[in-house]
Amino acid sequence: MNKRLKIAASCTALACAGVLAVGLAAPARAGLFGSDDKKGVSYETFTDMLHLVMASDRAIYTKKVVARLAAKEKVITASEHFEDEKALPLPAQMFRFGSEMVSSKTDKFAYQLLSLWPINKQNAPRTEVEKKGLAFIAENKGEKPFYGEEELGGKKYFTAVYADVAVAGPCVNCHNAHKDSPRTDFKLGEVMGGVVIRVPMK
Amino acid sequence: MRNKLLWLAWITATLTGGGAFAATMYYGGDFRAVFLIGETTSGHHQIEMACDACHTDMFGGIDALQKGCMTCHGDELKAANDSHPRSKFIDPRNADRVAVLDARYCVTCHREHQPGITNAMAVTLPTDYCALCHRDIAKNRPSHEGLAFDTCASAGCHNFHDNRALYEDFLEKRHAEPDYKEVLLVSLETWVPPADASKPRRTALAALDADAPAAHRGAAKHTADWALSGHAAAGVNCSGCHQPRKRIRPDEWVAAPGAKLCAACHTAEARTFTEGKHGMRQRDGLWVSRKDDFPGLFQDKGLTPMTPALARVPMKDDVHAKQLTCNTCHGAHKYDVTFARVEACEGCHADEHTRAYRASPHNSLRDRVASGDLPKGSAVTCATCHMPRHLARDDYGGEMVFVTHNQNDNLRPNEKMIRTVCADCHGLRFTIDALADTALIKNNFKGKPAHHVESVDWVENRMRERARRRQQQ
Repeated sequence: MNKRLKIAASCTALACAGVLAVGLAAPARAGLFGSDDKKGVSYETFTDMLHLVMASDRAIYTKKVVARLAAKEKVITASEHFEDEKALPLPAQMFRFGSEMVSSKTDKFAYQLLSLWPINKQNAPRTEVEKKGLAFIAENKGEKPFYGEEELGGKKYFTAVYADVAVAGPCVNCHNAHKDSPRTDFKLGEVMGGVVIRVPMK
Repeated sequence: MRNKLLWLAWITATLTGGGAFAATMYYGGDFRAVFLIGETTSGHHQIEMACDACHTDMFGGIDALQKGCMTCHGDELKAANDSHPRSKFIDPRNADRVAVLDARYCVTCHREHQPGITNAMAVTLPTDYCALCHRDIAKNRPSHEGLAFDTCASAGCHNFHDNRALYEDFLEKRHAEPDYKEVLLVSLETWVPPADASKPRRTALAALDADAPAAHRGAAKHTADWALSGHAAAGVNCSGCHQPRKRIRPDEWVAAPGAKLCAACHTAEARTFTEGKHGMRQRDGLWVSRKDDFPGLFQDKGLTPMTPALARVPMKDDVHAKQLTCNTCHGAHKYDVTFARVEACEGCHADEHTRAYRASPHNSLRDRVASGDLPKGSAVTCATCHMPRHLARDDYGGEMVFVTHNQNDNLRPNEKMIRTVCADCHGLRFTIDALADTALIKNNFKGKPAHHVESVDWVENRMRERARRRQQQ
C-alpha cells in the first residue's frame, strides 16, 4: 500500500513536472513577442490575433461590399482593373493594398495572400514553409493554422499560415471562371489559399 | 629655413586648394563641375550642378539618393501604377530576389554618371535583366518560349514600370479597334467646365477698360494685344498681373511679372512646367541655397532658366541664348495659344520630327480646322501630343482640365502616349505599331507603320484558344 502510494505520488509528481515543463517549454519554443520577455505574447498568439483582424475585415468587404453591390444589387462591378473600369477593387486587391501599406510603415510583421492555385503566378508558394503551410491548411480543410520558422535573407522569421476560405459566391465564381486560374472547381466554404504572416524573430 | 618655408607654402596651398574645393562643393558655382565623375544622363544633365537635388545628404548613403529620386519621380511612379513597386521587394519572401536585383532602390538599375553602360531609359543593367526573376516565364506563357530576355522591354510589349496601355486585358478589350476611330476628336479639347454658381464668370473686358496707369501704359500694341487675349475675355485686367498687390500697395507696378505670378492662377500649368525639360531647372526646392551660412562671403546664384544652348537635342542656331520662361512661348500680352501650340516649338527645335511636322497628316488636320472645314478639337498640333490636356478630379467631386506643361510626361517609354493622346483617334494595334516604328516617328507619322508588334496577335491567339476550350467542354 505504502509502495503503491509512493508510486502514485511519484507518478503525480512526474505528471505535474511534465505539465509544468511543457507549460514552461511551450512559450520558450514558440518564443515570446514583446518588449519584456516575461510579459510578451507568444508568436502564435500574436499572429492569431493579427489574422483574426485581417480575416474579419476581408470577409466583411467581400460580403457587405462586393457580394452585395456587385453580385446581388448589380449596381457596380468588381474588377482587377478597377480604375480603368470604374469598379470596386477585388477583395484580394483590397487585402494586398493593406499589406503594402503595412509594409511601408513597419517591418515588425508582413503578410501576404498566397495560394496553391494562384491566378497571378507570383502568388504561388516560394519558400519551403509556404509550401508546407499551404499544403497543411488545405489538407486540414482550414481547421487549424500552420506555424513554422524560416530564414530569409539572413533573418529568422516566425511564419504562420492561415486558411483563406471562400466566404461568398463571387470568390468561387471569379476564380473558377478566370482565364489564368489553374483550378475551376472551387466550392463555397473551401480553402482557396492562405494568409501568410511573418514576424522577424529576435 | 628653406625647408620651413616649403612646408609653410605646402600647407597654405593645401588648405587654400582644399578650402576652394570644399566651398564649391558646399555652395555651388561653375567650378563644381570638377566633381562630376562622368557624363550625366540626358534626364538629369540640366540639373547636374544642383548636386543636392539627388545627393540629398552627404552621408546618407543609398537611402539619401532614393529620397532624391522619389522627390521628383515618386508621384509619376504612383500614377503609372508601377508594375514593380518597392513594396513588392521589401516583402521578406522576396529576399532571394532582392539578393540578385535590389529593386528597392532606383539606383540598382539607373546609375547616374555612367555613360559607358547607360542604355535606353537610363538603364545601366545589361538589358536582359528580366531574366533575373522571370526566367521560367515560358512555363505559364508557352508563346514566350525561346524569346530573348533583352526583348521583353524593347519590343513594344512590356515596360518595367508603366504598363497601363500594355496589360493583357487592355489589349484584349481593344484588339479589334480600327486604325482610325469613327470620330476623330481630341477628347479634352472641347471640354467645358461644369457651371459653378459660387464663382460667377467675370465679364469680358475691351481695350477701353484697360486699368494701367498712364505712366505705365507703354506701347498701344500691348493694350491691343491684351484686348484680344484670353485674359481680357476672362476679365483679367492690366493690374491683374502688373499690380498683384493693388489693394495694399496701389502705387506698385511690376514691369515684368515672372512665372511665380502666372502660377498664382495657372497653378497646374506652372507646376508641370517645372516637372519637364523646359522648366526643371526652376523647380522649387531643387537648388539648396547656403548663402545664409556665411552671409556676403559666397555667391549663390542657383540655376538660370533653360536655354536651347544647354539642350542635347538639335536646336536652331540663332536662339541658343533664349531663356525659357512662360512668356518665351506665350508672348506677353498676346498669350496666343495657337502660336504656343506649334510655332513656339518650331522657334527652337530643329530635329527631324519637328521639321517634318508641316508636311504631316496631323498638320493637315490643323489646316482644315483653321479653314473651318473640321470642328474644333480635330487638329493635332505639337502640344496636342506633347503637352496634352489632363482631366483632374479631386476627392470632393471637383473637376478641371489643365494643359500639362511637362513635355516629358508621356515621352518615354513612348507607350505612355497611347492612353494620354493617341487612343482618342487611333486603334490600339495601329498605335502600338506606329510608336515602335522609329522611321515613322522621324517623318512625323507620314504614312503607315512599317513595323509590327505582335503583342495584340498573341492576345488574340489566347482568346481563340480559350474559346476553343470552352466549346470542347
